[in-house]
Amino acid sequence: MTGSHGSFAELKFRDPVRARALSETLARLTNEIGRSPVSIMHVCGSHEQAIAKFGLRATLPRNLNVIMGPGCPVCITDVPEVDEGVALARQGVRIATYGDMVRVPGTVMSLADVQAEGGRVDVVYSVAQAVDLARQSTDPLVFFATGFETTAVATAAAVLGDPPSNFFVLSAHKYIPPVMEIVAEMPDTRVEGFLAAGHAATITGWGVFEPFVARHKLPVVVAGFEPLDILAGLVKLAELIRDGKPSVENMFPRCVTKEGNVRAQEHLWRVFRPIGGRWRGIAHVPNGNLRLRDEWAHLDARKQFDIDLNRLWDYAPPALVQDCICGDIMAGIKSPTDCALFGKECVPHSPVGACMVSSEGTCKIWHQYGGHPDLSPHRASVRGGGPDLGGSSVAVCAR
Amino acid sequence: MCLGVPGKVVAVDGLMATVDFWGVRKQIRLEVVDEAVHPGDYILNHVGYAIRRIPASEVEATLALYEELLKHAEREDDLMAADIRGEIAGAGDDR
Repeated sequence: MTGSHGSFAELKFRDPVRARALSETLARLTNEIGRSPVSIMHVCGSHEQAIAKFGLRATLPRNLNVIMGPGCPVCITDVPEVDEGVALARQGVRIATYGDMVRVPGTVMSLADVQAEGGRVDVVYSVAQAVDLARQSTDPLVFFATGFETTAVATAAAVLGDPPSNFFVLSAHKYIPPVMEIVAEMPDTRVEGFLAAGHAATITGWGVFEPFVARHKLPVVVAGFEPLDILAGLVKLAELIRDGKPSVENMFPRCVTKEGNVRAQEHLWRVFRPIGGRWRGIAHVPNGNLRLRDEWAHLDARKQFDIDLNRLWDYAPPALVQDCICGDIMAGIKSPTDCALFGKECVPHSPVGACMVSSEGTCKIWHQYGGHPDLSPHRASVRGGGPDLGGSSVAVCAR
Repeated sequence: MCLGVPGKVVAVDGLMATVDFWGVRKQIRLEVVDEAVHPGDYILNHVGYAIRRIPASEVEATLALYEELLKHAEREDDLMAADIRGEIAGAGDDR
């Protein structure tokens, strides 16, 4: 069999018939929109992992551009926020944080650098582990809290769970809905629809996107993480774009309701308030940062410690950072392959920018799985293992 | 980081549940899950907290997805498999 674009790949899906049908429908809808390219943005590192891991971009129509926006919580943590953690650690305060954060460069150094010079930095998988660490000692422990609302809910539960008096929180938590507004208004991005992350919406509910849709006249589709879920989400978005019907559609009903997890939201908003602040590489995002409410000032690291950022400036910033285009990548304006450092000076074991550090960073994902698979006849596989989802295989038309 | 991981509730003790993730038993906190959780239920765990009770009708499809993600992670450093393992490690050890 030959396809309209001339080359093929063997892509394995659990339901190859459905994959093919969705792929064909997507191509038809994209053609009917009549513009090229049509750009759809997703805002979730796990979506990008699935898209890259299973080589989904190879099945997409040529005139459809699926880009990753600011969906990597580690990446959008702003440099001054990392600097606050670094400064505290250099002042001798014990820091606990999620693994990827340790290697994210601040202005002059990362938490890993502080660790190397003798600072106390602990990696935890959960805020509950940080609370346990605090309980085992009388020394102050600051949990450097990063991640989107899904993760902030856990921090909120720990704050409400009567932690010991030597436990403090340095919140760099971010709230996704406001940043979609910013990206929608960016002139260079020209996003025509958003694929929203299933599990973040598990907390907030899909109703949270209704005001956005009303304001920006852009459709939002909530999708799961199975390659077929993602394809189905893209088909629904293409249909809404074609029909000029901006609305919110929930394609992940097995996890997401309109109201979301109300109990989790109550925890979230009892502990945090949204304030404006910068996201690394994006811009000032109104209401995009989650900070502890005044009620919790007694465990807010920013209020309980004199964080001395000035002492960091004695160091010169590493030169390569100036060439890093992580910000433009997260804004959806550029791809990792547009960066001169990608795969050369900047690799996972020696990252220049945050996008190469995190498992949800676009650069690290593309470096492992390949972003746009090379499907030439001589090399019908993607770097890093190839598309592989078990089951029987199906020949799909590739670009 | 937001992927989460499903597991089967083995026992519930107040706001703590013992949850089985493919043979690994962990302690999961129940403060933020919005439905009552009982032994035999499946929950979605994120950084040590249950964020959702998975409806019985959706358990099979949910587990199938994760099993695929883990099974085909031939590389030790596969990003999705590592994130899923991280989510399991994020829960408290069974005591």
